[in-house]
Amino acid sequence: MYPQVLFQNRKPNRIATIDEYRQSGGYEALATALQKYSPKEVQQIVVDANLQGRGGAGFPAGLKWKAVADDFPFPRYIISNIDEYEPGTFKDRVMTHTDPHMIIEGMILAGYAVLASQGMVFVRPSYESSAVIFERELKIAREAGYLGKNILGSNFSFDIVVHRSGGRYICGEGTAQINAIQGKRPYPVQSPVRSTEKGLWDKPTVLNNMETLVNVPHVVRHGAEWFKGLAKTKSSSGTKLYCVSGKVNRPGCFELPMGIRLSEIIDEYGGGMLPGHQFKTCLPGGASTLYLPKKYYDVEMDFDSVKKVGNRLGTGAIIVFDQKTCLVGATLNLIEFFVRESCGWCTPCREALPFIRDLLWRIENGEGQEEFIPMLRRMSQHTWKSYCAFAPGATMPVTSLLDHFMDEVQEHISQKKCPFKG
Amino acid sequence: MLPKQLLETLQAQIANAEHPRELAVDVMLSLQQHYGYLSDEALEEGARLLGMTPLEMEELATFYDFIYREPVGKFVIHVCDGVVCWMNGYESVMGYLCKKLGIEPGETTKDGLFTILPTACIGYCDLSPAMLINGRPHGPLTAEKIDHILNRLRTEPPPVRMAR
Repeated sequence: MYPQVLFQNRKPNRIATIDEYRQSGGYEALATALQKYSPKEVQQIVVDANLQGRGGAGFPAGLKWKAVADDFPFPRYIISNIDEYEPGTFKDRVMTHTDPHMIIEGMILAGYAVLASQGMVFVRPSYESSAVIFERELKIAREAGYLGKNILGSNFSFDIVVHRSGGRYICGEGTAQINAIQGKRPYPVQSPVRSTEKGLWDKPTVLNNMETLVNVPHVVRHGAEWFKGLAKTKSSSGTKLYCVSGKVNRPGCFELPMGIRLSEIIDEYGGGMLPGHQFKTCLPGGASTLYLPKKYYDVEMDFDSVKKVGNRLGTGAIIVFDQKTCLVGATLNLIEFFVRESCGWCTPCREALPFIRDLLWRIENGEGQEEFIPMLRRMSQHTWKSYCAFAPGATMPVTSLLDHFMDEVQEHISQKKCPFKG
Repeated sequence: MLPKQLLETLQAQIANAEHPRELAVDVMLSLQQHYGYLSDEALEEGARLLGMTPLEMEELATFYDFIYREPVGKFVIHVCDGVVCWMNGYESVMGYLCKKLGIEPGETTKDGLFTILPTACIGYCDLSPAMLINGRPHGPLTAEKIDHILNRLRTEPPPVRMAR
């Protein structure tokens, strides 16, 4: 068993109370930071700790905060995303049902680091219980003096509100999320100015994944070196909430050292493959990552190591496929998802994804032809010209299907049917 | 017409907000809860309250998965068709539900109780195959479990919590 930091107060079927959080050292980092550290010092601790954003891109959180320059206007905002529409990902849900005050403290510290006055938690409809928990616990935190005017007697004032979404994958994209909060149709925006300068209501706005924020109190309390020491690999730091789903014995969300081997996550924590099932491949970080060939079963699960084998850590949501699952069918399902969730704003995404879906549908249903394969590649290429990262992400399962599982695709074409269907 | 109490609650929320449009989704969810779905009348009322045009509100309403612009049943069943649920038996779950209720996805039962909608990954991959009914998750689903859930819903009204 590895040290549990984020899940240290995890209990079966119950949420940790504010008292339990405080007994474990909760809100100490906030008190220390407000008394002893300047916002700049908090930023620096987080930079030194190499806290990489847990939403998928892995961008260092401290550097994102530093992008909010001193002369940028006020008020400033922090937005935390509990939207996680990425198939396979459910860590934010588990975290909010484990220790909500850890998220609240992390968000206040982030707010202090950039001198924001308001935090916003963006919650998807299927996580209504998370929204309800948050509203209840925010009230408790406010009554305890951790939120509101002059927090713990300091000059810093900050509050957090819950923003309920109407539910759509694209709201996870930063600029789309800002539009969503502003009551506009949530299209992504391409702007030469970053959200850290002009975001929500044209004011400086920092978007941090919830899992990034929960690490902050621990980094501030125990320091950068301690945090780096939690990871198994040199280039990474801290622990990671890995979600395991698919054909394993114990699907679930596990806190493990960053850089732990994929094989250990699946075999030890996911309980191994279901009886009679063998590992074929996995998507290592949600639906917009690539199928990982079996030869990388021992890959170290951190941002750099997964990148080195040509893949992405993404959200660390490991979707495990077995030898009996048809990958053409799986890819068709994934593309169906992306076609439906595309906001439809830009042409490459709106046109290329349905085109890919159609080709995959024909291959899966016995109408495939050899010439479809270069067409699939070409269409996938076109998505790189799209407005945001949605469409290129959507084609990752498609291109990796062609790169690593061409045999399966060919079998569909030559047999004129799906070989997995009797 | 909205009942006085709901109208006053919404007006108070909007008056307190620095940016009223921030509440657009909240207002739509509240109206939807009252009317059962976001009717044309509800949409116009919501737009008026927020100082938006009905078209601006329509742009939002049609974008989101959980805003219903057409009448739905008392219980809206969102069946997850994400890749994990697909792998773990989405098709048989959907098939079984449709057979039991005698409707196709997107339809509502004649008694007005149930609507079935296919839905993007709902984030319960550890409970797959899964579905949401009026915001409440259920899984891993089997035929027996589905029978049990449907029977319970037919006989006792559960707490409905889609808006605040």
